[in-house]
This record gives sequence, structure tokens and C-alpha cells, in this order.
Amino acid sequence: MSDNFKPKIVAFYCSNCASSAASVAESMNKALPDNVKIVQVPCTGRIEILHLLKPFEEGADGVYVAGCQEDSCQYVTGITKAAKRVAYVKKTLEQLDIEPERINIYNLSAGKGQAFVDVALEMNDIVRKLGPVLSE
Amino acid sequence: MSEYKSGSNLEKVLKAGHFAFTGECGPPQGANVEHLKEKAAHLKGCVDAVNVTDNQTAVVRMSSWAASLVLLQEGLEPNFQMVCRDRNRLAIQSDILGVYAHGIRNMLCLSGDHQRFGNHPEAKNVFDIDSMQLIYTVKTMRDEGTFLNGQDIDVPPKLFIGAASNPFAEPFEFRVYRLAKKIAAGADFIQTQCIYNMDRFREFMKRAVDMGLHEKCYILAGVTPMKSVGMARYMAKQVPGMDVPASLIKRLQGAGKGKVAGEGIKFAIEQIEEFKEMEGVAGVHLMAIEWEHRVPEISELAGMLPRPKV
Amino acid sequence: MIVAEQKPIKEILEMVKDYNKILVLGCKGCVTVCNVGGSKEAAILASTLKIAARKNGKKIEVEEHTLERQCDPEYIDEIKDMIDDYDAVVSIACGVGPQFLSERYPSARVFPGVDTKFMGGAVEHGIWSERCAGCGTCVVHHFGGLCPIARCSKSLLNGPCGGSSNGKCEISKDVDCIWDIIVRRMTELGRLEELLEFVPPKSWITARDGGPRRLIREELVL
Repeated sequence: MSDNFKPKIVAFYCSNCASSAASVAESMNKALPDNVKIVQVPCTGRIEILHLLKPFEEGADGVYVAGCQEDSCQYVTGITKAAKRVAYVKKTLEQLDIEPERINIYNLSAGKGQAFVDVALEMNDIVRKLGPVLSE
Repeated sequence: MSEYKSGSNLEKVLKAGHFAFTGECGPPQGANVEHLKEKAAHLKGCVDAVNVTDNQTAVVRMSSWAASLVLLQEGLEPNFQMVCRDRNRLAIQSDILGVYAHGIRNMLCLSGDHQRFGNHPEAKNVFDIDSMQLIYTVKTMRDEGTFLNGQDIDVPPKLFIGAASNPFAEPFEFRVYRLAKKIAAGADFIQTQCIYNMDRFREFMKRAVDMGLHEKCYILAGVTPMKSVGMARYMAKQVPGMDVPASLIKRLQGAGKGKVAGEGIKFAIEQIEEFKEMEGVAGVHLMAIEWEHRVPEISELAGMLPRPKV
Repeated sequence: MIVAEQKPIKEILEMVKDYNKILVLGCKGCVTVCNVGGSKEAAILASTLKIAARKNGKKIEVEEHTLERQCDPEYIDEIKDMIDDYDAVVSIACGVGPQFLSERYPSARVFPGVDTKFMGGAVEHGIWSERCAGCGTCVVHHFGGLCPIARCSKSLLNGPCGGSSNGKCEISKDVDCIWDIIVRRMTELGRLEELLEFVPPKSWITARDGGPRRLIREELVL
């Protein structure tokens, strides 16, 4: 894999938890890698399967959802629904012979600025190792 | 390893290059064994094998395997017919084992008439597999020694596999391809639908020969002598997939009172004479429906006697 | 409703592998209700096909469109000006859709994107269950309003077979023994004696066994 491969990653962030984690991170002077594009949503439960597929269709190499803890979702079941949809898209990717690791879901908490940055770095690392979506 | 697939008389006759002659016998609509034996007696010595029909035209009769066994006991070789209408793949395979165990060596694989033609139109039909798949099933059981699920058979049934072909059904263009498919699926011999339109049959056989089908399979031409003008008209109008030219009906009408049956037999003999010379035809299948007692006479007139001993 | 399930993506990809302009055609009827063939699913399938093309370095065009219904010629007609623009159509309606399309547009290459399963309903969100076998002569009122033809694995009409345990069918623990339910219900209703009567062999002539079916309503024929 080319070392200078810079993956395109789309991140869906819940505005209730992950976004406040982002503010904390900011105050800690920690920034996300610039290849991670953030889409803020009111609740991860509103992210449809199609929203998760579209980035892959349009050139993304990885997608992740960052939302609440399962037991403290602002809208109770939002994150649970999102988790099922991410699992569905993992299966779709598998059927297309695309690594299912390219999509993931993370549970964050409002105050955890470090975790906010860590998941971005983790995804970036995973996808960078996988390389581009295109088959050899 | 035997040089034969089944060792049936029919197979031996065909393989030896003789012009084969098979007959037909419908089981009774009841358990009247004596009547069955009586009908079979007329065929004895006249034909190489006797087709035993399976609930033909979807009318309930004594089961074809049971009637086949009666014929076997009477010293005739049955050609056990099986239709897909009444059995699923479990029953099909177990019946195949059963008939083989009792000494039956020929089997004709058919889809079967729809039950709406018969005397139990309210019945469910099965059609779990079709005639093509039935041929494949018997071949798999015989040559691979396995059931359809791939499981080994403890003593596989060695049957000579027959199939039917209707050269006259629609769409005409497709008939010869369907014949080719049946041969590819595993048919060793073919018995055709009753032939009346000789022009069309000649064309059909020419196509079959052009495709080399006659070299892969024995094709027996189907003959049913007309007993009456009424029968000819009925066959023309009521029997699906039957092609009875108006000229034949006219010919029968012209025979005059009391002579129609004779004319019908005369036409059948002419047909048989032509089939003997026709490229690709390996024999004749005579379906003298409820006319078994005339078979000896027809066989004699057609020069089919005596039957070869192989 | 008619309940269907999406075919495995690999199967769909195999069907359309030689085509470069593909129309994914949804239906707003039953398949929308069972979340498999509506506009939402058409968009998902179209996107999936495009991702597959990206993965394989292939250039294809995929568009999606959803008809009011695919079981009415007037709606099938709606795409008459656009169908020629596509090499292939993937219909995600029930099995009726691809056939109505093929009949109306004989030269179109139409592929089924879903497997049509049964007539039934949603027992829970995301869970559907069979209710009707379309036998053509409804008898559910004899069985406490429940159909043993569709719901008994053996379609028995004269009571439970003896293979069930704890109310579940012998074929699977996930299948209720409908006869168990029928008997309990009729007992509770005090109507058990109705089940004691012999039910004679049914005529299947009105079912699929009697041949392909057709219904004519003279008062509606134009």
C-alpha cells in the first residue's frame, strides 16, 4: 500500500454527544485529521442506509458514525437504530467484496474530547491500511 | 460390467440393430387382474416390450408399477411409465427402486396430462420435477448411483430410460430442441406421440437426423390405428397436441360401412412400412388403445413377426 | 400484502454485469409497505450498484425510478419514453412487475431484484409472516379465522398431525403450529365441536393446481 495514500473519510456525528465532545477536543487544542469530513446530525437514528452508502458511491474510502452510548441516547433508540444500519451496510460491503471494516460505529460521551479524536485516528489508520476501494 | 445399461429385452433388441416394436397396455380402472392379463396375452410374442400407462389422461387406474408386475409375471417385458403429476421426488425415487427390485428394466418418463382432463379435476397436482428432470433423476440413480441429494444408493437401479416426444405439438420449431434436451438429460430411447401427419413427421425426423439425435438415442415412431371416423374426429379436435390431417379423416370416411377399421389398420401398416425405411427411426411404438386383440393381426401384416430373440 | 425479499447483491450484480445503463425500478405497492421495493430501496440498490462499479473500476450509469404500481398497465406505460435509454431494468416489485414490464416492452432486458415470498403481513416491525396461500376458496371461518392451508406445514384440514411440541411445528421451532392455536382458540370460544366434523378432500381446482388463474368482472370491463 502506498504510504502517501490519504483516505477520504466521512464521519456522521450526533449533535448531542459527539459534537460536544468535539468542542471539548477543540478546547484541548486537539484537531481531527483534515481528511475526515464531518456531517453533523440531530440524532444518529436519522441516518438512513442510503446516507451511509452515498459517501462510498461518491468516492469515500471509509465512513463512521459517532453517537451516544446505548444507554444514554438522547432519543432513547437513535444509536441502536444507527448500529443496525451500520451492520446492514457492513453486510452490503461484504457482498461487494469491499472490506466491512470501512464502516464503523462508535459510542461517545459528551465530555470525552480525547475519544473524539481517537476514533477519527483509529478509522483513519484502519482505512489507510486497507487502501483505496478500487480493486487491483 | 455389462455392455448393457439395463439388459432389458428392448435395449438388447435395439442394440442388436433390429427394428424394435413396442406395444401398450392400459391398467384397469379397478383391481381386475384377469382383464389385464387377458389384454396382455394378446401382446405376448408380438412386441419387444409393453408400455404400462400411469393414470393415463389423469384417470385413476391400477398403479402402473403394479400392472407392470402383473405383465412381468405373465412373461411380458413391461415398459413402466411414470408421470410427474402424482408424485414428488421422494415417491418417484422410491418407486424407481421398487420397480427395479421387482425386475422391471424399462421406464418411460413423462410429465403427465393435467388432472383437469381426468376424472379427479379437483386434485392437487405435484409436478415437483418435470419429465426432463425425471429422465435426469433415473440417469443419476443408474449411472452415478446416487439419489438426487447426492447420497449413495445401496444397489442402484439399472433402467433403460425412455422419454416421449411429440413432433406435432406447438410451437413446432421447438419440438426437436426439446427432443435434444431429453436426450442430453439421459434418454436412451424415445417413443413419439401417435403420428398421422406424415409430412410433418418426415420434416421433424429430418431435423433430428441433421442434428445427429438418432445416433445418440433410439427413436421409436408412435402409431395408433384409427378404429372409426368418430375416433379420428375426436383425436383431431379433443386431444391436445394431436395432428390428424383432414385427408386421413376423408380417407376413413371413404372406406365405407364396416370397413373403416380395416382402412385404419391399412394406414397404420403403410406408416410402419415407411418408418422401417425412414432414416433415424429405430422402431415403432404401437398404441392400439383398447384394441389389444388386434395387435397380433397388425404385427403380422406389418411384417413385424416373429420378434427377434436376443 | 405480497411480501418480498431483496435478492443477494451478488446475484443482482451477476445478472447485470454486461450492462452499463441500468434502471432500478421500484413500486409503490406492497413492496414499499414491506420495505423492499419502494423508492427508498430503489435508491439504496442504485447506490449499491454504483459502489460495486467503483470497486471494479467500471463506468456505469444507474438511475432509479418508482412507479405507482407495477401491476397495472397504465403505470407501466409511464416509462415508455425512457425505457429505451437503458440496457437493463432491475424491477424490485414482486414477480408481477418484471412480467408486466417484459410483456409491455418485449425488447427490454428485465431482471428481478427481489424474491417474492408470500402473501402475509407484518407481525412486528421488520418481521413478516405468511397468512394466505391463495387457494381460491376461502375457508378460514371454519378454523377460528385462521388458515391451516397457508399456515400448517402439511396444509392439514382435519386437525393437528401429532408432530408439534410446545405449540411449535415439527419443521422448526420458529414456526407456530397453527392447529395448536386453532384448537385452543375454538376451545376458548366453546366451538370445539365444529372441529370434530370430518372435512372432506378439498377441491384445489380454484387453486394454482387448477392451472393459471384469471378473474373477469364483467361490470368493470371497458
